[in-house]
Amino acid sequence: MQETSSVNAPLLDVQGLSVSFSTDRGRVKAIDDVSFKVAEGEILSIVGESGSGKSVTLMSLLGLNDPKTTFVDGAVSFRGRHLLEMPDRELRRLRGKEIGLISQDPMTALTPVYTIGWQIAEQIRAHENVSKSAALKRAVELLAAVGLPNPDEAKDRYPHQLSGGMRQRAVIAMALSCNPKLLVADEPTTALDVTVQAQVLDLLLRLRDDFGSAIILITHDMGVVAEVADRVHVMYAGRIVEKGAAEAIFERPMHPYSWGLMASIPPIDGPRLPRLPSIPGMPPSPEAIPPGCAFAPRCRFARAACAERPPQRREGDHTVLCVLDAKEREELRASVLGEAVAA
Amino acid sequence: MIDAANTAVSPLISARDLTKHFTVGKTMRPGSGRTVHAVEDVTLDVYRGETLGLVGESGSGKSTLGRCMTRLCDSTSGSLVFDGEDITRTGERGLLPVRRRMQMIFQDPSASLNPRRRVRDLVGDAVRVHGIRKGRAVEDWLRELMDIVGLRAEYLDRYPHEFSGGQRQRIGIARALAVEPELIVADEPVSALDVSVQAQIVNLFSELRERLNLTYVFIAHDLAVVRQVSTRVAVMYLGALVEIGETEDLYARPRHPYTEALLSAVPQARNRGRRSRIILEGEIPSPLNPPKGCKFSTRCPFAKERCHAERPELLPAGSGRSVACHYPLGSAAG
Repeated sequence: MQETSSVNAPLLDVQGLSVSFSTDRGRVKAIDDVSFKVAEGEILSIVGESGSGKSVTLMSLLGLNDPKTTFVDGAVSFRGRHLLEMPDRELRRLRGKEIGLISQDPMTALTPVYTIGWQIAEQIRAHENVSKSAALKRAVELLAAVGLPNPDEAKDRYPHQLSGGMRQRAVIAMALSCNPKLLVADEPTTALDVTVQAQVLDLLLRLRDDFGSAIILITHDMGVVAEVADRVHVMYAGRIVEKGAAEAIFERPMHPYSWGLMASIPPIDGPRLPRLPSIPGMPPSPEAIPPGCAFAPRCRFARAACAERPPQRREGDHTVLCVLDAKEREELRASVLGEAVAA
Repeated sequence: MIDAANTAVSPLISARDLTKHFTVGKTMRPGSGRTVHAVEDVTLDVYRGETLGLVGESGSGKSTLGRCMTRLCDSTSGSLVFDGEDITRTGERGLLPVRRRMQMIFQDPSASLNPRRRVRDLVGDAVRVHGIRKGRAVEDWLRELMDIVGLRAEYLDRYPHEFSGGQRQRIGIARALAVEPELIVADEPVSALDVSVQAQIVNLFSELRERLNLTYVFIAHDLAVVRQVSTRVAVMYLGALVEIGETEDLYARPRHPYTEALLSAVPQARNRGRRSRIILEGEIPSPLNPPKGCKFSTRCPFAKERCHAERPELLPAGSGRSVACHYPLGSAAG
């Protein structure tokens, strides 16, 4: 697959991950053959709409899916250790310590009956042999590091006493408490206002620089991706349809779905479009994903060949699952994004 | 599009010093409870055929203002005039004909549709209550409505859970259109939808305006979407209007520091890395205890002494713009 700039092995290496769930209508495949790597200190962004399987991917890496109903295939290695084969006890020691999780909704990620200082200290004490007071002191430092005003007072607050942005910071502080090597952020800014979102994105960038953590950022917002990501993977209906460096994805997107996604975001400056170019239809439900290219039913450029599994095309590090060849792709992209890119 | 000739006519709905306070924490003890200043002294005109975008962060009072304008909640003080008629204190019976002329579309299409009723009833009830069509004509009108919002007529017999988010929002739109309204107040109608579906609904809004001659108040926190649909945009902060103006002009040259910060905070895919973001410190203050003077003064990078002491009024600043700031950006004095 693609080589990252670092010489040593990647921090996280996911190969051929497939996830299916058993439902009352039989087995449903949510993730189909997903592979990706994350290097140290890198921000990888996984973009996709709801139901594209981006959260399921991460939950499976962390072993957070219900093992009774979930079937996970593939190989996931984190710093040379295989996560999927790891016994629960070992995985528990890893989660929270070496891999931190920031979930989308900070209200459900915190328990309402304990103060946030207590909750952060608990996480520290679960992984490290330190005294209560030392853990609490660390908690205060962390709250200060994520930019909570008056961390000394804030540690004694309950989640309901904090605003959405402050709660999200508390969750980030908790995820950071053991200096994880990898931070997994599932839509960390979706529930926040733009001005607070800008603060949180800034914080994530600073964390990468100060702590050197790698970050996997899951989001549906192309704007957020553009601001922070080093590399971008676009997911659609359980597959990664395009991967590449952020510049490449934004300057020369290769998959028609990526074109559609970018074109359908209204611009905030420049001339206003009379009509937004939109993607017709809606994403398929996991039970009804077509065997060939999953995007074909919504794709303007679909052809007979799309009923087959699409081939992988590449331009250096930049790969895509699509039948279009390089020449045709250039022409069609210009027809979709032409005026938008020029503007 | 709104032009000079159009603005000269009287507004379809106009609010004068509209204020809405909520009391929280009230107990049996007299004098207990605190007041939330949700909307304060908002003066706003919406003209026929325009789309007024109402933007602001959560807690800025934009939804409350929308609800006050449609009389879904009663204002504490101020007045509300709909097409020349004062409806500030009109009773429910008197409001019925007004309700037919203004409708609301809500954010969460799954929460605003009764899960136990079919689309036919959800949309058809309003038609019957207001007597829009009689007898057999009701069915024809329902089919036409489904066509207008881009759904198949067979869907009339389905329940809300059988639809996707985008389709449900189309049903919400059909329900609002069922009574042939003139004004539609849409409260975050696309924020629960995926990007690709969001673009479809945004386009639907634009098409319907032209086709049915509608006037919109479009409430949203997504500044890019608001820019796409609105002719004018009003920016709210902590219950007050801070700036209002023609869309493109306002986005290109914000005069209020808050508008500028808000616009700069929007992450943009198209000009990656080219924007310089203004990071506002802190968070929106509590509406229980709004700052004295200018409400934005606690977070404003340019706040001076006067800003902390004296509350600026929303004053015209030329070319259809009004700003509530003592030192508006881009002026000689600032």
